[in-house]
Amino acid sequence: MATVSFQGATRHFPGSDKPAVDKLDLDIEDGEFMVLVGPSGCGKSTSLRMLAGLEEVDAGSIRIGDRDITNLPPKDRDIAMVFQNYALYPHMTVADNMGFALKMANTPKDEREKRVREAAEILALTDYLHRKPAALSGGQRQRVAMGRAIVRSPQVFCMDEPLSNLDAKLRVSTRTQIASLQRRLGVTTVYVTHDQVEAMTMGDRVAVLKDGLLEQVDTPLGLYDNPNTLFVAGFMGSPAMNLLPGELREDGAVVDGHLIKVQITAEERRGHDGEVTVGIRPEDFRVSDGDEGLPIKVGVVEELGADAYIYGTVGGSDGDDAITSGRDVVVRMEARRSVQKGETIHVTAEPENVRVFVTETGERLCGG
Amino acid sequence: MKALRVSLLAVLTLLFVSPVLFMFLTSFKTRQEAGRTPPTLFPEKPTTQAYDQILNAPDTPMLQWFANSLFAASLHSLLVVATSALAAYALARMDFRGKKPVFALIVATLFVPPVILIIPNYEIVARLYWLDTLIAIIVPTAANAFGVFFLRQFFLQLPRELEESAFLDGANRWQTFWRVVLPLSRPALVTLALLAFLTNWNDFLWPVYVLFSPENQTLQAGLSTLQAANSVRYDLLMAGAVIASVPVLILFVIAQRYVIEGVSRSGLKG
Ligand SMILES: Nc1ncnc2c1ncn2[C@@H]1O[C@H](COP(=O)(O)OP(=O)(O)OP(=O)(O)O)[C@@H](O)[C@H]1O
Ligand SMILES: [Mg+2]
Repeated sequence: MATVSFQGATRHFPGSDKPAVDKLDLDIEDGEFMVLVGPSGCGKSTSLRMLAGLEEVDAGSIRIGDRDITNLPPKDRDIAMVFQNYALYPHMTVADNMGFALKMANTPKDEREKRVREAAEILALTDYLHRKPAALSGGQRQRVAMGRAIVRSPQVFCMDEPLSNLDAKLRVSTRTQIASLQRRLGVTTVYVTHDQVEAMTMGDRVAVLKDGLLEQVDTPLGLYDNPNTLFVAGFMGSPAMNLLPGELREDGAVVDGHLIKVQITAEERRGHDGEVTVGIRPEDFRVSDGDEGLPIKVGVVEELGADAYIYGTVGGSDGDDAITSGRDVVVRMEARRSVQKGETIHVTAEPENVRVFVTETGERLCGG
Repeated sequence: MKALRVSLLAVLTLLFVSPVLFMFLTSFKTRQEAGRTPPTLFPEKPTTQAYDQILNAPDTPMLQWFANSLFAASLHSLLVVATSALAAYALARMDFRGKKPVFALIVATLFVPPVILIIPNYEIVARLYWLDTLIAIIVPTAANAFGVFFLRQFFLQLPRELEESAFLDGANRWQTFWRVVLPLSRPALVTLALLAFLTNWNDFLWPVYVLFSPENQTLQAGLSTLQAANSVRYDLLMAGAVIASVPVLILFVIAQRYVIEGVSRSGLKG
């Protein structure tokens, strides 16, 4: 068991004009499930591969426990990795795949077989131990890849999008299996995904990356409730937070001619005035009875049974002086409210649930 | 459409098979019939005379030649695969200074016509006192530019993650090469081994230059002495040729599964 710590870890691929991973500082606790999440090309895999020793570290350092592993070859790092394509050895049986690392470590044969059998039992692979990977289903291969990692009882698991080759249903069930297996084994895990739902549901903490830079690290709910930047606000949560351009005034922010009340102190305001982005989660909107609040023209009503999502645009049909910007808005409300397409509803939000971001820099001023 | 394709294939097959068939049939003819013009197709009185004579003549030790060829071609093919695989892996997966020029140089030698090398190679072999020994057949060209090129292309298209996975599993470079890369490359290795074996087995000019004693000849070189010694004995020549092609045919039947896979996997197939 061990902690993992990135200290200013940087990878700059030769020939590219900016680093793929830029001065990454990240401390992962012993036994923690850390998810790296972000859009394609943000440097998630590169960060993971630096930890595994498959990618050079151009600056900074990486430690496991109190060992500086920055320049150690992969085989001396005691890390097991699950690859996106599983990378099972096609010419070996499932048992040999899982036992390969132990064989390389000269573990005695009976010990090896015992540990492979134990891992196979945990992962329900006992019946397939003598098959080659080609004769397995996608889900079974995924489990063999997991098995290969847990057989070793390494200090750290690295997983690079291990679920992305599974169909949607299997992905959901495997997600919980991996998470509970990790809790049970207590092995420090770094898990890469571009799927924020995976990040939210699996991680003890989640690190959001963008363009090689770490945006924010926090618990899933911490990120959801207190996104520090516009990017994190828009990335975490599904449907995403509504991000509406507005203008910050004394008493609130004006969005398309409608005042939205915000809770902001002079200190938080830091002298900012004018252009901001107002962030409100779909579930933080309240549909008002009258015509108080932001008018929204209903486009699509998605009834999910337990609740409903309204996809609409800002600006009503009731004329007056409101600017009809046509900006997309998502509102969650109770199910079966019989709101019709084309109708106009008005929504409000509690001031403490309204986040305000500086549009230019993306930094958050208040809310959450 | 299908009928057309089948008949086209039939014609092509006939075209390729007919010389082999003719060789086979002629080897069972009598000396007189084999030399006749116009030639007959089927032997009038099938006989194994030619085989009896060729296998028992003291001045043409066929079985010895056969053994020489088998030994030389097998060892040569093993050497080719060994040197090519090592060089190709280094060129495909390891980083070192001058990698690109080295590879370019190796590929460039593919364009040198082999005949040009006969004299310099002869000089070298002579100075090493390898003349009139099988070493002269086995060792030169064991470092094979084509083999390096062919295997490098194959190694390049193996998924990198497999090797990375092996590294993380604690394997060192050699173990990764030996336990992961080579087993996965079996089709390519078999294909290369087969090609090297056949080239060596069929080589005629070089053995004629460097082997002198009758008992040291390879099969191809030895067969040519049949022609010189007794005017032209087609029956004997064809019997010899049949014996020479047997291992080739056997090998090909065993290995064709791999060869087809090797050629299609390496992307050389159109
Ligand atoms: N071997 C390489 N050589 C040069 N550039 C690379 C290399 N590998 C990755 N990059 C670049 O580094 C950046 C980060 O890549 P990385 O693979 O870490 O992204 P990612 O976050 O894993 O994305 P994805 O979700 O698509 O897998 C990308 O811009 C990519 O083009
Ligand atoms: Mg990636």
